[in-house]
Amino acid sequence: MADAGRHPNITLLTMSEIKEITGFVGNFRVRVLKRARYVIEKECTACGECAKVCPVVVPDEFNMGLSTRRAIYSPFPQAVPAAYVVDINHCLGHNPIICGRCLEVCQRRCIDFSMNDEELTFEVGTIIVATGAQPIDPTHLDEYGYGRFENVLTSMELERLINAGGPTKGEVIRLSDHKRPQSVAFIQCVGSRSTHRGHPYCSNICCMNTIKSAIMLKEHYPEMEVKVFYIDIRAFGKGFEDLFRRSKALGVRYIRGLPGSIHENAETKDLILTVENTATNALEKHVAELVVLSIGLEPPEDIKVLQEMLALQRNADGFYLEAHPKLQPVDSASRGIFFAGCAEGPKDIKDSVTQASAAAARAMRLMAPGVIKVEALTAIVDESKCTACGLCARVCPYRAIVVDPKTKMPAKVTQAACAGCGNCAAECPQDAIEMSHFTDEQIESQIDAILAEDPMEKVLVFACNWCSYAGADYAGVSRLIYPATNRLIRTMCSARVSEKFVWRAFARGAPVVLVSGCHIGDCHYINANHWTKRRVERMWKKMERLGLRRERLGLEWVSAAEGMRFQQIMTEMERIRSTVTPEEVRRTMEILAQEKVTGGNQK
Amino acid sequence: MAKKAMSDSPRIGVYVCKCGSNIGATVDCAAVAEYASTLPDVVHAVYQSYTCSEPGQEQIKKDIKEFNLNRIVVASCSPRLHEPTFRNCLKEGGLNPYLLEMANIREQCSWVHALEPEAATKKAKDLVRAAVARTSRLEEKTELEVPVNQSTLVIGGGVAGIQAALDLADAGHKVIIVEKNPSIGGIMAQLDKTYPTMDCSI
Repeated sequence: MADAGRHPNITLLTMSEIKEITGFVGNFRVRVLKRARYVIEKECTACGECAKVCPVVVPDEFNMGLSTRRAIYSPFPQAVPAAYVVDINHCLGHNPIICGRCLEVCQRRCIDFSMNDEELTFEVGTIIVATGAQPIDPTHLDEYGYGRFENVLTSMELERLINAGGPTKGEVIRLSDHKRPQSVAFIQCVGSRSTHRGHPYCSNICCMNTIKSAIMLKEHYPEMEVKVFYIDIRAFGKGFEDLFRRSKALGVRYIRGLPGSIHENAETKDLILTVENTATNALEKHVAELVVLSIGLEPPEDIKVLQEMLALQRNADGFYLEAHPKLQPVDSASRGIFFAGCAEGPKDIKDSVTQASAAAARAMRLMAPGVIKVEALTAIVDESKCTACGLCARVCPYRAIVVDPKTKMPAKVTQAACAGCGNCAAECPQDAIEMSHFTDEQIESQIDAILAEDPMEKVLVFACNWCSYAGADYAGVSRLIYPATNRLIRTMCSARVSEKFVWRAFARGAPVVLVSGCHIGDCHYINANHWTKRRVERMWKKMERLGLRRERLGLEWVSAAEGMRFQQIMTEMERIRSTVTPEEVRRTMEILAQEKVTGGNQK
Repeated sequence: MAKKAMSDSPRIGVYVCKCGSNIGATVDCAAVAEYASTLPDVVHAVYQSYTCSEPGQEQIKKDIKEFNLNRIVVASCSPRLHEPTFRNCLKEGGLNPYLLEMANIREQCSWVHALEPEAATKKAKDLVRAAVARTSRLEEKTELEVPVNQSTLVIGGGVAGIQAALDLADAGHKVIIVEKNPSIGGIMAQLDKTYPTMDCSI
């Protein structure tokens, strides 16, 4: 920690949050809000005189509320930066009539109430997302009585109690009488491995953390009775089984079964655990003077903010999704963005450090050549067709198109800013924009080829590269079986799908067409899929007007992690397809031939 | 290098990969290759055990010269997996890497239609037909080279963020750590001892 604080190449921005990230691999532009510390970081020597005179007392979050701190405080003794900080929400302020005592005692004059929040912007080539996880709050699992019974603690609270630097200087006590408990019971998998209580996944760290804590208790207090209630002990890592055995040798007892309920003896405040011991098939009662809930980890509450900002993806458990579970375990699907630590899933320190070094190496590999090649997928304007109407510039999520409808100057695309979503090409009423490598002609040739034989048997699907096509791949690697009638056409973004593509498919006899993309909010091209939605809605209206069944055109959002959702949607599309009769298709083809909606991006 | 495709009319080579039994056990790859050879602009179509393997790629490079191929279709796994592999293969074979198209007959065909081999084979033919149609219309592209800023943003100052930042900084990169709390350290800093070796966390 201290190394990171004083490294000449590292700038540490604490009390800071990301406000915006724009740009692309190699050239990200970052806007950060750095909140005021009200103490000059470089001047403060952490002497602590200020905290001694501060009259405000608040729970200390570092000690899980088991002790207090002042409104001016150091988060913990080894904090980096070491400077004190003013908790401005609790501070009485610097008005000398009310308080301002810290200002009087600070000899270095480093407390500065005129400090403001700052906004900083800078540019970087790569990003490592190491936003971590948060311990699960077990309050809602009321069978364990956390919050109701004083002597039921979480593993994080025990961690602070047993810590020599903690509120009790390492002395384990129970909160009801401040006495050392003679018996401690650990309950495993609290908030983990349950489909209806907490989270379905294994939190990875809790078994070993309990074994560690149990050993510490036994080493500090050999006479203490320590029991662990568990489903399975997952001691799978290097050296883990040894530690497990060591705990048993020290006398820690392991009982296979999770207590169904905990009751408190109102007088002694001891806890009575009722448990079905699945090793002996007996219903047992155990009394413990202290119960420790071994809580799991979950994604932090604000994970969605960064997810949307960087167009990252998350798996069903809510953690960030890697580009490939085995071959690219620290890469995100967006080039130049990598994951480290619990942001990608619960992991212990060793795994976090391993993954962090891997992420650093991946970032270095990307930056080493000094230049990178970006795919040639940008928009190109045919100036002879452009009428300078300005629609393309209006829909471009990157503001990469400049056009002046007043002077009739044709649209111009800034190649470096264009990300290649194709939204402009789908919007242009003159067909004056061509997407490199995803041209109208190329996509139309795929539509025609797919529908050339037995069109009645086909479900034509447009799938965006990042989410829905990846979701289809995920269904594949998971071997999820679905009807073999669908035919996918990949585009970079669902916003590339011009209305004319859909009309063309129907005019060539497609019974059903599906447009699929990333979930709203997860679009890899900022918000281009909002336009996808508008176009499909516009087509639905038109279908109704023409007397076509609108359910024959589907619009679905599928993320890269939603293989099962893709399977379900394909099954449903096949069901709809089976309801379409040859007569209906023939009628559609006739209507569309009369309407002449197949040429140009008709509105 | 990579000049001939534009002027000449399309001469497409189609490579149908069995991926061992991953595709081959469900899709009749020989039938797909035979069907591909009947499609417009296709001058050569074969099936292989593993197209991504060294011999598989060498075959493509050899055929580019022998049959004067100027565009390639690989019917195998997802382009999300092996498009970079085969683009590189084209480059080595003297073609512009954008003259490649992949038909996804594994993730989106054999693996999800394992119970319907006939329907899967029919779908594979459709996917190859669409890929060939698209490939006839592919054009050479030159990738844009952009400079890479040499600094890294690390979001989060827990043990993972700190480790990543130190590795990068030691290698000479500028690193900015953005941490929402007043100190770095994260959950790790709250721990006393850490398993499996019981040393302290900070």
